[in-house]
Amino acid sequence: MVNLTINGKNVRVPEGTTIMDAAASVGISIPSLCYLKGINEIGACRVCCVEVKGEAHMVPSCNNPVKEGMEVLTNSPRARATRRVNVGLILSQHDCRCATCVRSGTCKLQRLANDLGILDTPYAPDLPRTDRHPWPAMFPLQRDPRKCIKCVRCVQVCDKIQSLNIWELTGSGGRTTVDVSLNRRITDADCSLCGQCITHCPTGALRERDDTQHAFDALANPHVTTVVQIAPAVRTAWGEPFGLPPEQADVGRLVTALRQVGFDYIFDTVFSADLTIMEEGSEFLRHFREGKTRIMPLFTSCCPGWVRFLKSQFPEYTPCLSTAKSPQQMFGAVSKSYFAQKAGVDPRSVYSISIMPCLAKKAECSLPTMHDPAYGADVDLVLTTRELDRLLRAEHLPIDRMPPTPPDSPLGTGTGAGAIFGATGGVMEAALRSAYFLATGKNPAPDAFQNVRGMDGWREAEFDLAGDTVRCAVAHGLGNARRLLEALRTGDVHYDFVEVMACPGGCVGGGGQPILGDDQERAADRAAVLYGIDRRAPLRFSHENPEVLTLYRDYLNAPLSEMAEHFLHTDHEGWEMPAAPIRPDLD
Amino acid sequence: MSRLIIETPNRAQMVVEGLYRDLERRIIASPPGLCPVDMAASFLKLCHAQTCGKCVPCRIGLGQLAHMLEEVLDGNATMETIQRIEQTAQVIADSADCAIGFEAANMVLRGVRGFRDDYIEHVTNNRCNSGLTQPVPCVSMCPANVDIPGYIALIHEKRYADAVRLIRKDNPFPTACALVCEHPCEARCRRNMVDDAINICGLKRYAVEQAGEVPVPACAKPTGKRVAVIGGGPGGLTAAYFLSLMGHHVEVFEQRAQLGGMLRYGIPSYRLPREMLDRDIRAILSTGVTVHTNISIGRDRSFSEIEGAFDAVFICIGAHIDKKIGIEGEEGEGVLSAMEMLRENGDGQTRDLSGKRVCVIGGGNVSMDAARSAIRMGADSVSCVYRRRVEDMTALNEEIEEAAAEGCNIIPLQAPVRIELDGSGKVCALWTRPQMIGPVGADGRPRPVNAGEEDRRIPCDLVIVAIGQGIDSSAFAEAGVPTVRGAISALPDSLVKGHPHVFAGGDAVTGPSTVIRAIAAGKVAAANIDSYLGFRHVIDTGVSIPPARLTSVPACGRVNLGSRDFNESRQDFEQVAICMTHEEAMQESSRCLRCDHYGYGIFKGGRQAQW
Repeated sequence: MVNLTINGKNVRVPEGTTIMDAAASVGISIPSLCYLKGINEIGACRVCCVEVKGEAHMVPSCNNPVKEGMEVLTNSPRARATRRVNVGLILSQHDCRCATCVRSGTCKLQRLANDLGILDTPYAPDLPRTDRHPWPAMFPLQRDPRKCIKCVRCVQVCDKIQSLNIWELTGSGGRTTVDVSLNRRITDADCSLCGQCITHCPTGALRERDDTQHAFDALANPHVTTVVQIAPAVRTAWGEPFGLPPEQADVGRLVTALRQVGFDYIFDTVFSADLTIMEEGSEFLRHFREGKTRIMPLFTSCCPGWVRFLKSQFPEYTPCLSTAKSPQQMFGAVSKSYFAQKAGVDPRSVYSISIMPCLAKKAECSLPTMHDPAYGADVDLVLTTRELDRLLRAEHLPIDRMPPTPPDSPLGTGTGAGAIFGATGGVMEAALRSAYFLATGKNPAPDAFQNVRGMDGWREAEFDLAGDTVRCAVAHGLGNARRLLEALRTGDVHYDFVEVMACPGGCVGGGGQPILGDDQERAADRAAVLYGIDRRAPLRFSHENPEVLTLYRDYLNAPLSEMAEHFLHTDHEGWEMPAAPIRPDLD
Repeated sequence: MSRLIIETPNRAQMVVEGLYRDLERRIIASPPGLCPVDMAASFLKLCHAQTCGKCVPCRIGLGQLAHMLEEVLDGNATMETIQRIEQTAQVIADSADCAIGFEAANMVLRGVRGFRDDYIEHVTNNRCNSGLTQPVPCVSMCPANVDIPGYIALIHEKRYADAVRLIRKDNPFPTACALVCEHPCEARCRRNMVDDAINICGLKRYAVEQAGEVPVPACAKPTGKRVAVIGGGPGGLTAAYFLSLMGHHVEVFEQRAQLGGMLRYGIPSYRLPREMLDRDIRAILSTGVTVHTNISIGRDRSFSEIEGAFDAVFICIGAHIDKKIGIEGEEGEGVLSAMEMLRENGDGQTRDLSGKRVCVIGGGNVSMDAARSAIRMGADSVSCVYRRRVEDMTALNEEIEEAAAEGCNIIPLQAPVRIELDGSGKVCALWTRPQMIGPVGADGRPRPVNAGEEDRRIPCDLVIVAIGQGIDSSAFAEAGVPTVRGAISALPDSLVKGHPHVFAGGDAVTGPSTVIRAIAAGKVAAANIDSYLGFRHVIDTGVSIPPARLTSVPACGRVNLGSRDFNESRQDFEQVAICMTHEEAMQESSRCLRCDHYGYGIFKGGRQAQW
C-alpha cells in the first residue's frame, strides 16, 4: 500500500494505482478527456494534469502511479490554469457549432468546456483550411476532421481491440491529424465497419452516415409499404438516451413508438434469427456429419463486420463461412417474398427498414449479392440504434408513457434462442440447442450449452451431439478473432464450429449502439438483458418458433431446400473486399 | 559626444545569442520522420526574419514563398503553385543581393526539387508521405534498435546484469560495442534540446564492467535445422547467437585462426582489449555454436558443398582486402597495408618498429588505428599523410585528437605521388604534392586541388597504406552468388536472389561500415532465416524496465570519458579510455529523458519487447 495526500486528504491505495484513481477513491474527481482506461493512457490532452510537490512539471494523473509520500494538488491555481488553458487550446482546433452536432449532449469536450465555465473560445480558430478533399459521403462511417481533437482513441481502439490499424496519426507539426493509415482512402481500406472507433470517440468527429431522412421520405410516400425489423440488441439499449432502464425500454414500447411514427408493419429480427438457426444449424449438422468440419470449421456469418474482416485478413478461410445470410438479410428477403405475397402487396413497393446496433449492416444491405431481380434489395435501409433514437426524438413522443404492444404477425414472433443472438456466444448457443434437436429428435435442456456464455475474448467448449464430440469456439472483438484464426492456421487448435462477432460483447456492444459520453462499457449489462429475455421466454428453441414453422410449411418447404437456398443463402465470394495491406512492422 | 565607443551587446542581443545556440542543439535533435515541406516552411520563416529589408527578392519574395508553402501545407495549392514556388525561388536565388536572400531561396529550391513527391502528395491528397515509425530517437538511430532508454534506466537502478540482458536481446556484443561502437544513437538524442546528448556508449561500458560475465538465456528446443554461417565476425556471430537461441544447429566457418573478424583483426587492443572481446564471444558460443576456424571458403571447402550440406547459409565475410594506392614504388620493401599490420597484431605477431620512421597514408579510422599502433610498436616517428584538411578526415574526432596527443604528426593537404626506394628496393621516402582546399563537390565535401607548390619529400622507412578495404567474394561469385563490384548482392531482408536458402549481410554486402551495422545485419538475417526454415521463434527478455521519473532533471553537463596519460598509453597496448566513476554513471543515467515513456513513445513504438 502507498500513502499520499491529495488536496491535503490522506489517501492509502495499493501500489500501482494511478493518481487519478487514487483521487477518485477519496471522492476527488479529476477531469480528463483523451484517457480511456486500458486503451488510451498516453497523457495527450494534458487536461488531467495535477501538481505534485517537488516536481518541476505538471503531472498527468491518468498514467502516473502514486508514490509514497506524494503530495498532490488537483485544484491549485497552477492545476486550474493548466486545465483551462489546455481545454481552450483544444477548442481552437474543434468546430464548436454544437447545435448541429450529433454528439451534442454526449460530447466529452462540450461537457468539459461547460463544466469549466469556458463561455468564450479564447484562442483563434485553427481548423483544417481546405474543403478540397472531402470524406466520401456515402461511406457508412463518417469522419469530420474539423471536430477531431487528435486524442487518438480511435487509433488505439482499432489497433488494440480490433487489430485492424485503420487509423493513424498522420503528418507532423501543427497539422498532425488522424487519418486512414498508410495514406489510403477509407473506401480502399480493410475497415470492418465495426464502428468501435465511433463509440469510443469523445466528440462528434466520428459518426455513422445519417439515414434517418430516408425513413421520413419513405413514410411520406403513399405508394410504399414500410416494414421495420428490430434487432435483438436494440432492445437492450435504445432507451438509454431517454434515461429509461431496459425493463421499461423494452421491444414492446419501441413497437408502439414506431407505430406512432407511422410505420406500416413492425416486426422482430428475433424471428429471422430463429430462421437463421434453422438454416445454419442444418448446414452445420450436414457439414459435421459429412466430416467436413474435421478439416475446416464452419464459421457463423451473422456478423457482417466479421465477414468483412475474414475476407480481408484471412481470405483463404472465406469458404468456411456459413452460406446462411444474416438474420437482417433473411428478414428482408422474406419480407419481400413470403410476406408481400401474404399481405397482397407488390414486393417492389415494400420498403424494408432494419434497426440495428451496427454500422457494417449499412454496408451489408447494399452488397450486390443481397439483391433479387424480383424485388430489388432485401433490405432498403439500415438505421443504427442511435439513428432510431434521433428519429424518435425528432417526433417528440412521450416515450416513457407509452404502453407496450406486440410486434405484428407473421414475422414478429421470436424465441429466447433468437433473442440471445445479440450477445457473444448467443448464436452458437442457439444453434447448438437446435442442432441437438435435429440430430437426436429430442430437445436438450435449454441451458445445456451455457458454457459458451461469458465475456472472455476467446472461449472454447465441447459438447456431445448424439455420441460425437462437437468442438466449439466463440470469439468477440476482432483482435481475439485474429488470434483464433492464426492459431487455426498454424494448426495449434481445431474446431468444428466457430462463432465470431466483431464487436466486444457482440451486437450489444455494437458500433451503432447509443453513446452516453461517460466511457462506460455496457455490453455485459446489455447481454444480461438478453439472457433474461431468454430465461423468461415461453419458447426457447428456434425450431419451435411457430411462425418459422409456418413459413417453411407454406413457402420455403424445408431448411436448405431449393427455395431456402434461393432466398436465405448467399455467396460470400460474390463481392470484393479491400485486402489487408502488407505491414511487416506489425507482424 | 565621443568620436568612438566600444560596442557592447544589449540584453536582448545576448538572450537571442543564447536562443541561437538552443536552436542549433534543437536542430541536431530533430527527430526522423518530420514533414519535409513543413520543415522547409519553418526554415524559410527563419530566413525571412533575417532579411535586412533592402532588396525586393529577399524582403518580398521570401514572404511570398512562405505564403505559397503554407498553401501547400493547408491543402489549398495546385500543381501550378509548386511551379510558381520553383520559379520564384529561382529568381530570388539569381537576383538577391546577398547570401541572406540567395541562400534562403537555394534551400527552397533544393527542397522543391529534392522532395517534390512530398509537395505533390500535399497538393493532390492533402496528406504527408512522412510519418514516425520508431519515435525514440536513440532506438531508431541504432541499426540494431537496442532498447537504450531501457538499459539506461536499469543502469540507474544498478541492475547491470539486467542491462546486459536487455542489450543482448538485440545485440550479443554488449561489451565490444561498449568500447568501440560509433554510437549513432547519440546523434539525435533529445537531451540535446536541454543541454547535450547522453553519453550512451560510456554508460554501456559502465554497465558491462559492473556486470561481469552474464549467462545467456536458454535455447529453444532443437529444431533439427542446420545453418552455416560463413565468417566469424560481429555479423556472423550475431546471426549464430540468435539462430542458436532459436534452437537451430549453427556451424561457423572462419578463415582465420580466431573469431571476431574486424573486432580482432582490425581494431587494436588499446581500444578493445582482447579479454573484453573474448567475453562476448564466450557468451555467444555458450549457446552451443559449432566453430571451424582456419577454414576458407573457396580454398578449403567449396561454397557449393556448404550450400548443399545445410538448410540455410548466411554469408557474412566482411571486407578484409586492402585497396592499393596505385603509385610508383608501392611494390617496394617497407610498404605495408594497414589491414595486414593490424591482422598480425590481432594474432599477437606484433612487429618491432624500433628506430623506424613511419608514414601512414589515409584519414580514416583505420589510419588512426595504424598510426597509433605503430607508435606502440616502437616507431621512431609516425606521420599521417592526408590529401584533404584535418576537418575533412573521416576518422572520429576523438581518434584524431588522441593520435595527435600520442605523438602522431598529422600532415594534411599532401597528396602522395610516389614512394622513393633506395638502391636495394627499400622505402626511403614518401613524395607528396601540396594541395589546397577547393570547391565543394557533388558529395558536399570540399575537394583538394593542386596548390602549385613543389613536391615535398618525407623521409621514412615504412609506408602504411590505409585508404580503404575491399571484399573478396570471388569464391562465392564462382558458385553463382550475385555480386556487384565485389560486393555480394543481397536484399534488405538479407535474401540472395536466385538462392532461396542463402542469406548475406554485413560489410560484404554494404562495403566497409560499422560494427553495429554488421550486428544489425546478423539480427535481420537470423529473423529471416528462422522464418525461412518455417519457424516464428521470438527473442525476448524477462527484464522489467523501471518506470520513468515524473519530471526530467534540469540542464546538466555531459560526462565524457577520460583517457590515460598519453605519454604512458603510447607505450603499450592497454586500454586508453577510462570508465566512468559510479557517481558519474549515476548522474549521466539520470539525464535520460525517457523518450520511450514521454512524448510519442508512450503512444506508439516506445518499446519493442520482442522480435
